[in-house]
This record gives sequence, structure tokens and C-alpha cells, in this order.
Amino acid sequence: MDKILEVKDLKVSFQVYGGEVQAVRGVSFDLFKGETLAVVGESGSGKSVLNQTVMKLIPMPPGKITGGQILFHGEDIVKKTDKEMEKIRGKEISMIFQDPMTSLNPTMKVGHQITEVLLKHQNMSSHQAKERAVELLRLVGIPMPEKRINQYPHEFSGGMRQRAMIAIALAANPSLLIADEPTTALDVTIQAQILELMKDLQKKMDTSIIFITHDLGVVANVADRVAVMYAGQIVEIGTVDEIFYDPRHPYTWGLLASMPSLDSSHEEELTAIPGTPPDLTHPPKGDAFAARNKYALAIDFEEEPPLFQVSETHFAKTWLLHPDAPKVEPPEAVKRRMRKLSSTFEKPILVKEGN
Amino acid sequence: MAEKLLEIKHLKQYFNIGRPNQVKAVDDVTFDIYKGETLGLVGESGCGKSTTGRTIIRLYDATGGQVLFNGEDVHGKKSKSELKKFNRKMQMIFQDPYASLNPRMTVADIIAEGIDIHGLAKGKKNRMERVYQLLETVGLNKEHANRYPHEFSGGQRQRIGIARALAVEPEFIIADEPISALDVSIQAQVVNLMKKLQREKGLTYLFIAHDLSMVKYISDRIGVMYFGKMVELAPADELYKNAMHPYTKSLLSAIPLPDPESERTRRRILYDPAAHHYEENEKVEMRELAPGHLVFCSEKEFEQYKTQYKK
Repeated sequence: MDKILEVKDLKVSFQVYGGEVQAVRGVSFDLFKGETLAVVGESGSGKSVLNQTVMKLIPMPPGKITGGQILFHGEDIVKKTDKEMEKIRGKEISMIFQDPMTSLNPTMKVGHQITEVLLKHQNMSSHQAKERAVELLRLVGIPMPEKRINQYPHEFSGGMRQRAMIAIALAANPSLLIADEPTTALDVTIQAQILELMKDLQKKMDTSIIFITHDLGVVANVADRVAVMYAGQIVEIGTVDEIFYDPRHPYTWGLLASMPSLDSSHEEELTAIPGTPPDLTHPPKGDAFAARNKYALAIDFEEEPPLFQVSETHFAKTWLLHPDAPKVEPPEAVKRRMRKLSSTFEKPILVKEGN
Repeated sequence: MAEKLLEIKHLKQYFNIGRPNQVKAVDDVTFDIYKGETLGLVGESGCGKSTTGRTIIRLYDATGGQVLFNGEDVHGKKSKSELKKFNRKMQMIFQDPYASLNPRMTVADIIAEGIDIHGLAKGKKNRMERVYQLLETVGLNKEHANRYPHEFSGGQRQRIGIARALAVEPEFIIADEPISALDVSIQAQVVNLMKKLQREKGLTYLFIAHDLSMVKYISDRIGVMYFGKMVELAPADELYKNAMHPYTKSLLSAIPLPDPESERTRRRILYDPAAHHYEENEKVEMRELAPGHLVFCSEKEFEQYKTQYKK
């Protein structure tokens, strides 16, 4: 499989009044052609900053890429100028935002917003662009596209706006689509339609998708692989089965246990993760999750955990996988979903020391 | 049977009456809410579930029907002091944490507004103590008290809204999509908190949401709304096991579950409102299929549902 994106030890921080917020603290991952990588984590975990950095959409200053590389088709995006980025944004990499109500321009006709991309990146004549816009709207399932392209966003419903946004994002056939909580603002029924549409279009166009969400149901539905972020780092990454059926990081356990399943009873208390995420102006010493983690070991408060490899595709950053660590039992709700996967190594392998 | 806290009788809420763009947002809805229970209300946006909540708490004047709170009509003529008394008993947590907090007030003042109006705190120190305690119960810190809403993320703002609702120690809380904007881990904290408060203080909730798995978890009974009508009302487990109305079935089939295997095989059931083939003067109403399980249907459908219904 071709790698289209390689992020290597990326660090992003923001200069604010109170100091420097280290929003992304050394993130590395690869993205292959045609796959969907879901990024999950709480608000403030850095998942949106990470993905906006890939498009270089973070305002600089106050934002700054303090280290690492983003290789897109082998070329480092970090070094590119704004002018060069303009050729990539919307054409090679495009983005769907969470809120379709605010991310479309209310003063521009929907059709115009689609043709804008085509005129800029595809060198089409305005007539061709218009035809293509109609075609795109039809592709994303908007009825009567000939009429719809002459309407303004306020004449569209929420689901229709999100469809229009997908049409804009896909107008130039990008090889990478970043979807930042694209269905969070939508109803379940509309959400189901949008997810089906995205999967369908992905199959047709072979686009790679980074899907940011905090809805684990949606993750299970769309993802090939899942990256779990906490406090600016990826704490666990693996295939969707590995994350849902054999999670290793206590934070992933926490996330899975905090969701009610349809057959969990009323009496049972949800296992919430206590507390709030740490202040990234002064990231805590050791494991950032330690203070909220009931499985934390003494060493978690001292030294950052190393990265362990559990299978060919499965990595987790926790001291619990160290050979000297005591054996712990995950929460009941997680134990119920655990199963033995054939690809798992006999013993976790240490691949990278913590910093 | 438990005591009824609220009785909603033939509630109607129409907008733009008499004009061509008249909307029947809530169209003849009848249900009860028992003391100490959580009633979940689900449906798509635009189905009238939020309007139902807002009409119950008198944010809108009802077009028709009654809302009885402890036997007293909410929508009757009321003096200021009566309204004040009533307002303390019923509180609301809003859907949009961006629009529901005054940007020019500090968090402490937002939360304490109700405390001040109803004179619940003795002295400044006690007032701040209450604010700190409320902040902590909703998962924020003491230091947040002197900040302004714009300094918070959407999730944190929603927690402020919840703290504000809890501040006046109400009996009944209408929660309009209170957790949709929160992270999963925080959602669980808030839901656990809401359940804990319910146990301790005997609170009653009307929980409006579209996250069905959370609704099932928190609710004792669930009502499903579609186009201003309630189409099915049943105990939570019953609704999931024995959904009868085709719309409920379609809604249930659309929920993504956190289980990749079942996701690969899940098939969505589509709902077509034309499939009912209701005739001109056929009486379509809520009929009780099993104890506590009501379905909106015609006589003919009712017979059909009865044969399909499994114990």
C-alpha cells in the first residue's frame, strides 16, 4: 500500500498570554491510500490542531510548528510557503468542518462556492465548472441540483449543507480528505446518510480520509484504523478491531467504558474518566494521563511511558505493557468486549523510549 | 403507580397561525411525567421535541392544551411571585452552549444569578462557596469562576449551563440535548452526575436528545416524536426490544454502535410516512399495546401490531 501522508514527531505550540501551549507533543503516524484513519480524543487533546496543521491552517503566530515533519506524497509540508500551500489546499487536501451552518459563506450561492474551487484548481471555464458543480451536487445526493446551485446556504437544511460542503471538498478530487467532526451536528438518520455517502465516495475516488470524531459508534462504522489522542500525543493506534476488541491503553479503556452499550442496564454506573485534561501550558511530568488514571503506576508520575508494539499494526504508549509492570484488569465494560486477536505478538515489543 | 409530577394534555404549539407558512411544531401531544423518573424524548431535528420542552416550561405560550405541574396549570394567568415560585421548581439546560450564556457576565455571576434572584445564599462567602461547589460537581475548577464564557470550550460552557440550572435546586429539569456537545468521557461524567443528583434529590428529568444509546441508558421511559406527533411511548428497554412503529424502527437502525463487527453488518431501515395509507377519516391515535407501551396508529394497524407484538 502507498503511504500518502507521513507525520513524524510533529510538535505544534501556541504562544498565549500565559505561556506556551504545547497542543501537539510529538505525534507520528502514517496514512495509506484509500484508508480511513479515525482520530479520537477529548476536546483539547490536540486532534483538531493536528489536522489543521496538516493543512497549515493554524494561525502563525501565535501558532508555531516547533518540530517534526509532515510528508505529503514525500514532500515536507512544514517548509512550504503560503503561496505553495494554496496549490495544495482544496486541491490535494481538503477539509470538511463540523458546523455546516457557519462554514459555508452565507452571501454566496452554493453553486458559486463549488465552482470557486474548480476555477482555481482545475482551470475550467465557468461554463464547464457550472456543469461539474451540478454533477457534484447530484453525486452527493442533492435532489434538483440545477435549481439548488442557484440557492444560498440558508435555503439548505443542515444535512443538505453538509452534503454541499462534501461536494466542495471533493470538487478537485483531493487525495486526502480531513473530516473534522462532520456529523456531530447532525441527527442520527442524517448522520447515517452522510457516513454512507462518504464511504461510497471514498470507494469511487480512492480518497484517504482522516476522520476526527469523539463518537465511538461513528468510529466503529467508518474507520479502518484508529488513533487515540490524549494531551497532544497519540497514546494508542491500531486497526479498528484492535482498538475495540483488544485495547491496551487505560485511556482507551476509559473511553470505551464511558459509553453505554444498548444492552447495559440502568443500575450500572457509567465508568467516567474523572477530572479534566491537563493544562498543556505546563504538561505534567511523566504520563500526562497519570493524574486521571486509576491504573497509574509510580513510574507514571516520573517518566514518560515508552511506546510498545503489540502487533504489526498496534502500538500503545503505556508503562502497563512493560515486562516489569503488574498485571491489571481492565474495567468490566471493557473486559466484556475483549477477545484474542490472531495478529497479536506474544509479548509487547518496546519500540521507542519516552522523552 | 408513581405520582404524576407533570401532565401534558393535548399540547399544541403552532407557529405563524393563519398564515400560509403555518407550522404545527407540536400537534396534540399527551403524556405524563412521573415524580423521580427520567423521560427521554427523541426524534430528528424539527420533529418538535425541543418545542415540546420549551412549551412545557412556558418559554412559548401554548396554542392549545394544558400542562399541569403538581396539578397546577403552567399556562394560566400568573402573578410575578407565582411565576417566580414556579420558575425555581422547573429549570432548563439548553442545547446551544454558545448562545445560552451571557458573554458579558463572569461564570460566577451566571451561575449565581438564580441564587441571587431567589435569595438562596447567606452572604458573599456562602454564595461563592456554592458557586465553587457547583463548578466542581460539573467538572470545572474553582479558578474558572472569574472567567468569561468566551474563554471556555463548547463542552465546558455546557457544564456551566448545567451548574446554573442546578443552582436553584429545582424539582424538575428539562435537559435539551445537554450532552450532545460534550466529549464521551465527559458525557459519562455528566450523565452519572445527573443520575446521582436524581437519586439524592429526587429530581425529575425530561431528557431531550438524539443520542439514542445515552437516552436509553438514562431514561426510564422514552417517547419518540415525528413531525410534531408522538408516535411511540414505552419503557426504555421495551422500546428497544419491541419497537412497533416503523419510524421508531428506522430511528433505532440508524444508531452506530461502538462495535466494529455489528457495524459491518448493520442495515438501515428506511421510513416512508406514506406507507401507513391512512384513510381520510380514520382515527389515528395513541393506543396502548401493552402496559405502558403506546403506539400512534389506526385501528387496523393496531390489530396488526398486536399480532406482531411478542412478549
